[in-house]
Amino acid sequence: MMARLARFPWLTHLLLISLTVLMIYPLLWLVSSSLKPNTEIFSTVSLIPSKLQLDNYVKGWNAMPRMPFSLFLRNSLFVSSMAVLGNLFSCTLVAYGFTRINFRFKGPLMALLLATMMLPHQAVLVPQYIVFKNLDWVNTFKPLVVPPFLGSAFFIFLMMQFMRGLPKELDESAEIDGCNRCQTYYRIILPLCKPAMATVAIFAFLWSWEAFLDPVVYLGSPKLFTVPLGLRLFLDNTAAVSWGGLFAMSAVSLVPNLILFLTGQRYFVEGITTSGLKG
Amino acid sequence: MNLSLRRSSVPRANSANSANMRQLKRDLTGFAFISPWLLGFAMLSLFPMIQSLWLSFTQYDLLTEPVWVGLRNFKEMMADPRLLKSLTVTLRYAVVAVPLRLTAALLIAMVLAQKIKGVGIYRVLLYIPSLVGSSVAVAIMWRQLFSLDGLLNRALSLIGITGVDWIGHPDYALKTLSGLAAWQFGSSMVIFLAGLKQVPGELYEASAVDGANRLQQFWRITLPMISPVIFFNLIMQTINAFQVFTQGFLITRGGPMDETRFYALYLYEKAFQSFQMGYASAMAWVLLVLIAVTTAILFKVTGRLVHYETDIKGR
Repeated sequence: MMARLARFPWLTHLLLISLTVLMIYPLLWLVSSSLKPNTEIFSTVSLIPSKLQLDNYVKGWNAMPRMPFSLFLRNSLFVSSMAVLGNLFSCTLVAYGFTRINFRFKGPLMALLLATMMLPHQAVLVPQYIVFKNLDWVNTFKPLVVPPFLGSAFFIFLMMQFMRGLPKELDESAEIDGCNRCQTYYRIILPLCKPAMATVAIFAFLWSWEAFLDPVVYLGSPKLFTVPLGLRLFLDNTAAVSWGGLFAMSAVSLVPNLILFLTGQRYFVEGITTSGLKG
Repeated sequence: MNLSLRRSSVPRANSANSANMRQLKRDLTGFAFISPWLLGFAMLSLFPMIQSLWLSFTQYDLLTEPVWVGLRNFKEMMADPRLLKSLTVTLRYAVVAVPLRLTAALLIAMVLAQKIKGVGIYRVLLYIPSLVGSSVAVAIMWRQLFSLDGLLNRALSLIGITGVDWIGHPDYALKTLSGLAAWQFGSSMVIFLAGLKQVPGELYEASAVDGANRLQQFWRITLPMISPVIFFNLIMQTINAFQVFTQGFLITRGGPMDETRFYALYLYEKAFQSFQMGYASAMAWVLLVLIAVTTAILFKVTGRLVHYETDIKGR
């Protein structure tokens, strides 16, 4: 099959183009429906609206009384930014410790770290909830924004893989120059880790932006809802929100994904291939 | 620069005491650096794991103190038809969705690995479903597309086919969700593509000289060379498939007839809707054991098929 394809490059392209169109069509349809008059959404499979209108965006944005969509966006932006900050802070520190310092019990602890990568989230969901409930953190952002400051195994692993590639001589010459460990970490290693940090930042943001299970469990009051919970609120109130409005806000919720992907493409490839991060 | 001033830090030979001190200092610095993770591990993994093991032998509704009930939760689980159903549904989902996604990813990665123009553009566009796939927005989209009067059935009626109720009919709902999982093959594709690029071209040239055809090259060269990558993907994707939640929660809401009430979804309902924390903890431990056993089986069965180069290029 491959041999035949190689002889006819246009056939390969035809195949790939049809596949790509098939794959992307639903998303294009989502966007185009958000721009169509409501009566037109389900009556035609065409992607081109008879007249372009932003009505759905205005209506969707203000569909819920006293809860404009900007509220959900603001909440999500806060939670996701904290996830980025927290992960950058903790994962670089921990990765530096594991890759650069020969302390006792390092091997077993690293094995433990890798093991937690395979730990299913559901296994600890209930007891974590109890921990946070006892701290009186339920129905606040804390259960979502504090854990990133304690690191995540995936991101630590990714940082470690990157730091291993930095020559040890850097640390040695820094020590000769009188840097202590903190200075070496902060002044020498951290600036060199910018590409890996960009990867961590992008994935931390996206995962937190799309997170659904934890927000559902911890955020009870609609004032705290993140974007996914806001959309779900809309979905459960299709009487109040038209499909057009729902599609419009769905499209809005995907904008950060696209921006990050288009600007940081090479970090995506880097992140996916070094640690098998799921997208 | 300040070489002369730092002489004191040069290790003094023959001084065991000072070597011990240095090791102790290294230990303390090391633990200081990894302390965020240590704290997180203790508070968010280890302690919760132990507590949930204990809770799985209790009855606990969050309001009153947990009551020790021995093995009752586990016995109840074995007699709970909905739990058994959720288990089979999840297994059926994993068995279909994971191979489907990996096969699609590998096939397309192999096409893209050839020297064709515009690989970058295809890669970007084919990755986009993975990029947005787990979002609520996309779940909303699927719910509409696959509903009885949704876009898919409309398109089918144009070519004279009467569609079915993709998400509302017990025979189709789970199949539809499994298919949607395959739609997000993008990240596996990117990994496979990177793996394929690592296969040395000489292997193909040498085998072509020896008269191997493309199919033989695929079975004897490509597949063995990227088998570690496939294996890694298989494990991670299977673990993820066991935890599928959002799709069942949003697109089908567990229905029809519990056909998409995945294990994780049922666990969530038991814990946070019926507040049976003991029962949910027992379920969590069963899930953990199940994942461990599955991973072990995968290691045993497919591990032998994985080909490791003696000289693995570290990244």
